[in-house]
Amino acid sequence: MAVVTEAPVRAPRRGGRQADRAKEAVAGYVFLSPWLLGLFGVTLLPMLYSLYLSFTDYDLLQDPEWVGVENYVRMFTDDPKFWSSVGATLLFAVVSVPLKLAVALGVALLLYRNRRGVGMYRSLYYVPSLLGGSVAIAIVWQTLFSGQGAVNEVLGFFGIQGWSWITNPSTALGTLVLLAAWQFGAPMVIFLAGLKQIPAEMFEAASLDGAGRVQQFVHVTLPLLSPVLFFNLVLETIAGFQGFTAAFVISGGTGGPADSTLLYTLYLYMRGFGDFQMGYASAMAWVFLVALGVVTALVFRSGSLWVHYADEGDR
Amino acid sequence: MAAPTTLAPVQQDEPVRGAPAGGRRWYQGGAAHIVLLGLLVVALYPIAYMIGTSFKSPQEILNNIDIWPREFSPGNYAEGWAGIPGITFGTFFLNSAVVSAGVVIGNVAACSLAAFAFARLRFPLRGLWFALMIGTLLLPHHVLIVPQYVLFNSLGWINTPLPLIVPKFLATDAFFVFLMVQFMRGIPRTLDEAAEIDGCGPYGRFFHVVLPLTKPALVTTAVFSFIQTWNDFFSQLVYLNDLDQYTVPIGLRLFLDSSGQNAIAPMFAMSVLSLVPVFLFFLFFQRLIVDGINTSGIKG
Repeated sequence: MAVVTEAPVRAPRRGGRQADRAKEAVAGYVFLSPWLLGLFGVTLLPMLYSLYLSFTDYDLLQDPEWVGVENYVRMFTDDPKFWSSVGATLLFAVVSVPLKLAVALGVALLLYRNRRGVGMYRSLYYVPSLLGGSVAIAIVWQTLFSGQGAVNEVLGFFGIQGWSWITNPSTALGTLVLLAAWQFGAPMVIFLAGLKQIPAEMFEAASLDGAGRVQQFVHVTLPLLSPVLFFNLVLETIAGFQGFTAAFVISGGTGGPADSTLLYTLYLYMRGFGDFQMGYASAMAWVFLVALGVVTALVFRSGSLWVHYADEGDR
Repeated sequence: MAAPTTLAPVQQDEPVRGAPAGGRRWYQGGAAHIVLLGLLVVALYPIAYMIGTSFKSPQEILNNIDIWPREFSPGNYAEGWAGIPGITFGTFFLNSAVVSAGVVIGNVAACSLAAFAFARLRFPLRGLWFALMIGTLLLPHHVLIVPQYVLFNSLGWINTPLPLIVPKFLATDAFFVFLMVQFMRGIPRTLDEAAEIDGCGPYGRFFHVVLPLTKPALVTTAVFSFIQTWNDFFSQLVYLNDLDQYTVPIGLRLFLDSSGQNAIAPMFAMSVLSLVPVFLFFLFFQRLIVDGINTSGIKG
């Protein structure tokens, strides 16, 4: 297909072809010029500069001072807070991403089956995704889960004695996980669209072969939905490692209590823009970039084991 | 097809949620709707709680967790609006509006230019640039914040909206470039070719043929740019340090820093107000937003 649409002669006038090509190439770079300026000026060169900064001490006032790999060594061997932030971020991502996707998939399946009112449910379930990243919702969350908050009142109604969830080191991160999972609407909408793509004959055939609901889900729905699941997993994993706003607002910018909500990006911010240790923050940024690259690569690698593409058989 | 269905013992009467359309059983309707409604109540409770609390008096906040306030205190809004001595929330709203408008215009203009080049024009190194554009899609914002801060600091742009707006005019939001490339590829090439035969150059084809037909993608970009920018906290926190430059999210945070129990109601009132523009956008562009995440995976 691509060959048919791309290849035919584009310039109808004979002889002018070469000139048209050149004209088009010039036009291409004219259209691309803002983006190119952005790519080099705001992305690639700053990235290189931050790699250089990561080997220096720099506080914005004095010139950067070369210190070699000291920032990296200090980070890995002599900074307990760094490891706290790594642990908190991993825990947050590993719990919140599957939880969010499981809720999204469950609700999508329920909605798919009951078409009446789907449009309304879809929109209303999406509202938390729309607003959830804001400071306003983080403030509400902090109030809901405080010692005298509404969550404890509801638990008290059932005879359960709650505590201040946000100031207890063992539950503070849990409130952030809940806030992330609460925003399940966006992946749910994507799951719904994926479910609609599955031909009804697949289920009829499975049903005729005697497959019950569980078998249908495991052997028909999941394989056919796996590309969509993979897409959601990639998006949510990348987002899961970058949570900042809620952790900042709920912990009052400290990552507390006891560093339990010190997400990596929050610690990077504190080093860079609280202490103005630009060199150290740059080193942290590069470690983050490499780690995120590895995680993304692992997710993609795992995808080849469990993602099923319907047209594989045709090739 | 990897579906070894024959292995399966039949479990007809165990209604497990998770199997799709196949059978029509007892809960076609009833029970599933109860679950869906129950979940909806849980999902919308925090928002309803926020709105209800914003109308409660300070005493009531401590001892009434119902959504509905017993006595209605709209004064919280006036109190919150007056905000911090010397400055009102109006300033924060104005600043947020300026930043958001700048980002929307920048993204729509710059991303459509780049997308047209990628989707429609042939020029040397196009493949390389396209691969780099895709590469920047997954680049986390936090990795660039330090060197960009250094750059904008040396330009004297800290404490102005410029670091938040100017990069958007350089099409740095690769997601929207990608979105538009995908959309433009769906526009029939025969239209371009017809225009070309009529003597239209690349510029004419962009302005008179492709751009008008790209309108749905432009609107999607504008709506999502607005919502993202309005809700954004991280970069605004980094670049804006003076009270009179604060945007709404940074302003809201001030309440949190200074808040005793008395400040909760006004803080909630301003939280509600801060979400109104996003919510209005959602009402007007609901279909487009929900379908937009279908096709592209972008979120607000």
